[in-house]
Amino acid sequence: MQWETVIGLEVHTQLTTRSKIFSGASTEFGAAPNTQACAVDLALPGVLPVLNKGAVERAIRFGLAIGARLNRVNVFARKNYFYPDLPKGYQISQFELPIVEAGELPIQVGEGDKAVTKVIRITRAHLEEDAGKSLHEDFHGEDGKPLSGIDLNRAGTPLLEIVSEPDMRSAKEAVAYARALHTLVTWIGICDGNMQEGSFRVDANVSVRPKGSDKFGTRREIKNLNSFRFLEQAIEYEARWQIERIEDGHEIVQATVLFDPDTGETRMMRTKEEAHDYRYFPDPDLLPVKLDEPWIEQVRAALPELPQQKQARYQRDYGLSAYDAVTLTASREMADYFEATLAAAGVPAKLAANWVMGDLAAALNKEGLAIGQDRIPPARLAGLLKRVDDSTLSSKLAKEVFAAMWAGEGEADAIIEAKGLRQMSDTGEIERIVDEVLAAHPKSVEEFRAGKDKAFNALVGQVMKATRGKANPQQVNELLKKKLAG
Amino acid sequence: MNASLEQLADLLAQGKASSVELCQDYLDRIERHNPRLNAFITVDRERTLAEAADADARRAAGQAGRLTGVPIAHKDIFCAEGWPTTCGSRMLANFVSPYDAHVISQFKAAGMPCLGKTNMDEFAMGSSNETSWFGPVKNPWDARAVPGGSSGGAAAAVAARLCPAATGTDTGGSIRQPAALTGITGLKPTYGVVSRYGMIAFASSLDQGGPMAPSAADCALLMNVMAGFDARDSTSLERAPEDYARDLAQPLKGLRIGLPREFFGEGMAPDVAQAIQAALAEYRRLGAETVEVSLPNMDLSVPVYYVLAPAEASSNLSRYDGVRYGYRAAEYRDLLDMYEKTRADGFGAEVKRRIMIGTYVLSHGYYDAYYIQAQKIRRLIAQDFVEAFKACDVIMGPTAPTTAFDLGAKVADPVQMYLSDIYTIAVNLAGLPGMSIPCGFGADSRPIGLQIIGDYFAEARMLNVAHQYQLATGWHTMLPEGL
Repeated sequence: MQWETVIGLEVHTQLTTRSKIFSGASTEFGAAPNTQACAVDLALPGVLPVLNKGAVERAIRFGLAIGARLNRVNVFARKNYFYPDLPKGYQISQFELPIVEAGELPIQVGEGDKAVTKVIRITRAHLEEDAGKSLHEDFHGEDGKPLSGIDLNRAGTPLLEIVSEPDMRSAKEAVAYARALHTLVTWIGICDGNMQEGSFRVDANVSVRPKGSDKFGTRREIKNLNSFRFLEQAIEYEARWQIERIEDGHEIVQATVLFDPDTGETRMMRTKEEAHDYRYFPDPDLLPVKLDEPWIEQVRAALPELPQQKQARYQRDYGLSAYDAVTLTASREMADYFEATLAAAGVPAKLAANWVMGDLAAALNKEGLAIGQDRIPPARLAGLLKRVDDSTLSSKLAKEVFAAMWAGEGEADAIIEAKGLRQMSDTGEIERIVDEVLAAHPKSVEEFRAGKDKAFNALVGQVMKATRGKANPQQVNELLKKKLAG
Repeated sequence: MNASLEQLADLLAQGKASSVELCQDYLDRIERHNPRLNAFITVDRERTLAEAADADARRAAGQAGRLTGVPIAHKDIFCAEGWPTTCGSRMLANFVSPYDAHVISQFKAAGMPCLGKTNMDEFAMGSSNETSWFGPVKNPWDARAVPGGSSGGAAAAVAARLCPAATGTDTGGSIRQPAALTGITGLKPTYGVVSRYGMIAFASSLDQGGPMAPSAADCALLMNVMAGFDARDSTSLERAPEDYARDLAQPLKGLRIGLPREFFGEGMAPDVAQAIQAALAEYRRLGAETVEVSLPNMDLSVPVYYVLAPAEASSNLSRYDGVRYGYRAAEYRDLLDMYEKTRADGFGAEVKRRIMIGTYVLSHGYYDAYYIQAQKIRRLIAQDFVEAFKACDVIMGPTAPTTAFDLGAKVADPVQMYLSDIYTIAVNLAGLPGMSIPCGFGADSRPIGLQIIGDYFAEARMLNVAHQYQLATGWHTMLPEGL
């Protein structure tokens, strides 16, 4: 039987506010345990939450960026459960009336020229507070028994939980969506996107069904995936596991599972029967959040051009492929760099795109640098592109100039001048060298005339060598053919 | 010892007494009478006298306000830095607050020393002060009687003049009912007028702090200190500050008093009814007129309250888990066992009953039938008051159906206990201000309270209505024997 995987993602993005969502404590990562937990975060008796407007503003930004409905009145609710790193015994979250509902995000499925756009629907996005961390290592009682420690620095950190519809049909699609979402939230500045620090955490709901079926299978939820690679591995493993179970005659039981990166397997955490009854109810300590139109319009006006808008524009105005457009908008810095280079160079967009996505990206990648941290500012790369475009440089020479620029040797024109790398375009000069080469290699000329094509290539090679690679190969070909025919 | 806050303020202003002397006198009275009354959970002579010395220094420096140096007692539900703050529970018996509640910091700013932390029903859940981990409070008028609750310690302390005034909190009648049962004046302000920051939560949408003192004039001065916007409480209302004493002297001519039909039916004891009618006659003599009004959904207020308040409480009390502070069971096998033993031993029976009720009504499958339904009825009850206030300026009736009952009388029957708040609960559900003022004594010589309910933000008018009655009568000046 042919199987189809169905995936929906829940992504927890940590918002970029400086203080917590309901207290004034700092959200800075990496401080000593419990040094960034105030009375409110510790849930001392009598303390009360006060909503951080900055978190709401970031949720509005996100809602506008995915064309969603912003609920003008949205409500914080309490999700009740006991856990040592949940100080109040409840998490303040949004349940029945989240701030953002019904948006969408386009993704590219497939690669290169075969890439097509698919729209993933986003069910909702709601604001909530993060819990603290339980630390199970390095703590021992006086009797030597292991103890657990609690760090409440993270408790109360603002999160926007973004829930998609089950619209993805492969691990690759899920990764494409997660990447597009990652790009978007960092693009609009609501999340720093740091996955190692847990700023962008993915839960994947995975089920399988016979291809062609319109009913969903029973899903299992893989919790807390903190890299795109693990996301892909976990979904692939989980889907294979589910298919095998079903083919072996078992039923899938709804459950929450964890992915172990070391074994590449998922394992059961709890089944639905063991799931909590969270006893949600509206938090009486917080008033319903009201969004007024002037505020929304103010946020809208401050939004940058979004990746999906840029992608459409690049395809429409620059004639770039969908794949190129997505690659160039992988981050705001990348798109800014591309646009600045293009504007300064005035060359065809495809040429600029190839260099930004190709040699520049490779060089950055090799040294583990991000775009914007690079050694070649856009105007300098533009200087190189101009010389490629006006045929001053062959592509081989251009790479040499690029390497020199990367090494910090200055502007393209200066490097070309200093190294004498200008492509030879003076026909008289090339003709003179061709004549010299023909005179010096009578054997090759003879062989060519005897019908050996290989000899022609040898002659071209000799000309190129004599010009130290600066001759235009096409021109050399034409000249040689003319001379040998004559 | 029967001095009003005005009189104490005058003594201090005229240099006839220092705050240290005043506090010493009150501390001596507490030392003498508290062993019998059990009105205080914590008394700390040194700390109080240090605060009094600070107040005297402020006065010497010419920086005294009107009430600087006048002491006050705080219900042990308000977090006060450096003071044990127990909320009447074993769970917090060892908890010393590292911060001040908004109300505490307001009284500190006014320079009013704290005489101690008063006893209360555990987590403010109770109407008799019998659920306190620190033992019941005795009614100063009759040691066999309860003082009411949950602010029973505050009420008894004021009634016995162990303090000139006290703070209380009122979720379903916890200021007004004990005020009535001990013959003092208590005001529950409009929800949102007094910040809840640092006031340990019972039922967040109903809890409200307020003053308890012998007279309405005292309460007005206390309101001037404790009311006002606080950004740390999202339900605190941002309004211009007001002088709650501004209308005290206004005559009552033309005042329309609404008498809800539902308050004057069955359930009210005959001696209470008689005292209430006499008080209304006094009001008519003062120029007021009475009109009948109706609160048709009144009878639903107790059941609605006992869905909503436990629902919120079950969640509010989840933080007492033994992990970070407060009581933790000495022996446990694992995390779950620690939670279970800690909460089983740390909470008393009434608190556990309400946590269980609250957990039940919020549970999947019951939420709509209980919680949502109760919220709808709550709106109807509030609407009833809106209608009633179209025909009157204030509403009056009994505060409690009977005088103070005997200790132990209702302990075994929670529903009977809950019904002692039948006249006060609707006011909390509607978020309205309510008061109780002394208006006589029952057949058993125990005090009776008249309840005054105002429209939203009508505190100054209600204090005026109470004050004019207190100018004409002497109930609020009467003291229990033996003190």
